[in-house]
Amino acid sequence: MPADLQDEPGADGVGSRAIGTSVTDGSARARAAAAALATVPPRPGVPKPDPILVADGVLRQFGGLTAVDVEHFEVQRGVITALIGPNGAGKTTFFNLLTGFDKPNSGTWSFEGKELAGMPAYRVARRGMVRTFQLTKALSRMTVLDNMRLGATGQRGENFFRALLPASWTAQQKGIDARAVDLLGRFKLDSKAGDFAGSLSGGQRKLLEMARALMVEPTLVMLDEPMAGVNPALTQSLLGHVKDLREQGMTVLFVEHDMDMVRDISDWVVVMAQGRIVAEGPPDVVMADPAVIDAYLGAHHDAPLSLEEEEAQIGGARVETLTDGRDEA
Amino acid sequence: MDIAVILENTIRALFNAEALILALAAIGLNVHFGYTGLLNFGQVGFAAMGAYGIGSGVVYLDLPFGVSLLLGIALAVLLALALGIPTLRLRADYLAIVTIASSEVIRLTARSAELRELTGGSSGVNGFSQGFYSMNPFSPGSYGIGWLSYDANRFFLLVVGWTLVALCSVLVFLLMRSPWGRVLRGIREDEDAVRSLGKNVVGYKMQSLVLGGIFGAFAGFAFALANSSVQPDNYGTQFTFLAFTAMILGGAGRVIGPVVGAIVFQTSLVLVENVLIQAKGAGYISDRILESTDIGAVRFVLVGVALMALMIYRPQGLFGDKKELALDAR
Ligand SMILES: Nc1ncnc2c1ncn2[C@@H]1O[C@H](COP(=O)(O)OP(=O)(O)O)[C@@H](O)[C@H]1O
Ligand SMILES: [Mg+2]
Repeated sequence: MPADLQDEPGADGVGSRAIGTSVTDGSARARAAAAALATVPPRPGVPKPDPILVADGVLRQFGGLTAVDVEHFEVQRGVITALIGPNGAGKTTFFNLLTGFDKPNSGTWSFEGKELAGMPAYRVARRGMVRTFQLTKALSRMTVLDNMRLGATGQRGENFFRALLPASWTAQQKGIDARAVDLLGRFKLDSKAGDFAGSLSGGQRKLLEMARALMVEPTLVMLDEPMAGVNPALTQSLLGHVKDLREQGMTVLFVEHDMDMVRDISDWVVVMAQGRIVAEGPPDVVMADPAVIDAYLGAHHDAPLSLEEEEAQIGGARVETLTDGRDEA
Repeated sequence: MDIAVILENTIRALFNAEALILALAAIGLNVHFGYTGLLNFGQVGFAAMGAYGIGSGVVYLDLPFGVSLLLGIALAVLLALALGIPTLRLRADYLAIVTIASSEVIRLTARSAELRELTGGSSGVNGFSQGFYSMNPFSPGSYGIGWLSYDANRFFLLVVGWTLVALCSVLVFLLMRSPWGRVLRGIREDEDAVRSLGKNVVGYKMQSLVLGGIFGAFAGFAFALANSSVQPDNYGTQFTFLAFTAMILGGAGRVIGPVVGAIVFQTSLVLVENVLIQAKGAGYISDRILESTDIGAVRFVLVGVALMALMIYRPQGLFGDKKELALDAR
C-alpha cells in the first residue's frame, strides 16, 4: 500500500518507531496514570484504586470451546491498558461481550458503577463505552464526513418526524460538523471529508474509525487491534493519537500484537491466553513474566520476537484483514 | 404490421395504472433495500394488506371508504411489526425467508373458503370502489391529450395515483437527506458499526420496514381501485419480484430510481408485446416459432434478457453511480 506512505507527512518512514521505551513522555496525565498504578501488585485480576470497568465471572463458550473465562477484571480510569495474548486467546470475544455485541453464558460487569450485563450494544455506546473493530468497519458508500456525523449522539434529526423539519436539526448539525472537521483535521483526514469512505486506504480507514468513535464523546475507548494492517509509516501517528486520548482524560483499553507499541504507550498490560487472564502489570514487569512468554510460545507463537519477524507479520496481518471475516462475527 | 398501434399502446403504457402500482411498491422496496439494506421478499404482502383493507373494509365490514384506507395502512403496519419483531435482531437472511413465506401465507389465507365472510375467498372482493370514484371531481368525458386520453374515472385514478407517487418520492427525498436517513444508510453499510456509535439499529430497521410497508399498502390501494376488484391470485410472489426489478433497473438507493424503473419496465413489456402481436398478425412469425397465446410469456423472456444485458453493462441501474457500487467490496 504505497499510498499509506504519503498519508502522513510527519512520519519518517519504516522501522523508525521507538523500541523498548517505557512511558517516557513527561505529561501530567501520563505521570498521574503511572502513579495511580504504582502501588498495584502485578497479578491477574488485581483490584485497581479507581476502576472505570469491573467484570466478574464472565464466561463465553462456543459449543465445547471456552473462548472467554474471566474471573475478575478491572480497568483503571484515565490510563492506557493493553490487552495482549496470542491469536484465539479470546480478546475480541471479550470486547464483544463487554460492549454488548455478544452475550455471555454467565457473568456481570459494570461501567462507571452501573451494571451493563444484558444491555444492548447501542446503549453501552451511549453510556460512553465505545469500541472499534478488529476488521475496520468504514461505511464505504458514505462520505467521510457522513461517517463522522453518524457518531454524534442525541441528534434531533435522527427522529423520524423531526427529520422532516430541517429547521429543527440544521443548527445542531452545524455544531456537529464543526466538531467532525476539527477531529478530521487532527487525524489528517480533513482533505478527504467529501470522499467516500470506501476510497480510503486501510490505514486511513483505521484513523477514520477511531475519529468516528470519538464523535460519540466516549469516556472509555476500546480499540481492537488499531495497528493491524496499518502501514508502519502510519503507526507513529496512530500511537500519538492513542496517547492523546489519555491526555484528553479518556480511558483506553486496546488489543495489540505489536509488543513495541504496547511497551511504548501502555500504562498497564493484561495478558489473556485461552480465555483467561494469565498475567497483568506494568509493561516491563509483564513482558519479563515467564507465564507470558509461555502463553505466547505455547500457542501460535505470534508475538513478534525480532524486527524481521514483525515486518513479516504486519504483511501477513494485512492480508488477513482483507480476506478473513471470522473475527467480525 | 401497424407501427402506429405499437406506438400508441406503448405511449399509453407510460402512465398507466400498472406502472403506477409498480412504482409505489418499488418506492417502498427502495426504502427497505436501497436505503436500509433490508431484504424484503414479501412486498406483495403489504400490497395485499392495503387492497384487502379497502376491499374487505367497505364490503364486509361496512366501513366508510376513508376508514377502510386507514384500515389498510394499519394492517400494513401490523404486518411490518409481525415480520420485524422476531427477525430484525437476527441476521439479514431471516427477514428474507420470513417475508417470502408470509406473503404466500397471506395470499393462501385470504383465498381460503373459511374466510369467505371476510375476504371473499377465492373469488375476491368486488364493489368497493364506489366510495373512491364518487369523489371524482371530473365530470364524465375524455381527458388528456392525443393517445394519452382517458375517461373521467381512469383519469381521476391516474391523477391521484401519480400525485401519490410524487408525494412519496418527496417524502423519501426529505427523509434520506436528514440525519434519520443517514442512520438508515449507515445500517445498509454495516449495522454493527452503527450500533457501536450508539444508534438503536433494530428500532431504525423497524421504522424503515413500516414506512416501506405503508408504501406497499399504497400500491395495494392503487391495484384494487384500478381493477375495482381484489383477486387473491394477483398477490403472488411475482408482484414482489417485478417491484424488485423496477427498483434495481432504475437504481437502488436513488429517489427517482424506482419510479423511472417502474415506468421503463412496464413500458418495455407493452412495447415487446405489441411488436410481437403486430409481427405475428403480419405473418412475420410463424406458429412453429411462436403461438399467439405464448406472447404474454415470451415478452417477459425478451425483456428479461434485455435486463440481464443492462445489468452486465450498467449494474448500478439507470440512475445509480457505478463508482459507488464498486466501493461495496470493503
Ligand atoms: N462466533 C464464533 N463462533 C465460534 N467460535 C468463535 C466465534 N468467535 C470466536 N470464536 C473462537 O473463540 C476463540 C477466541 O477468539 P477471539 O476472541 O477472536 O480471539 P482473539 O481476538 O484473542 O484472537 C477462538 O478459538 C475462536 O475461534
Ligand atoms: Mg481478535
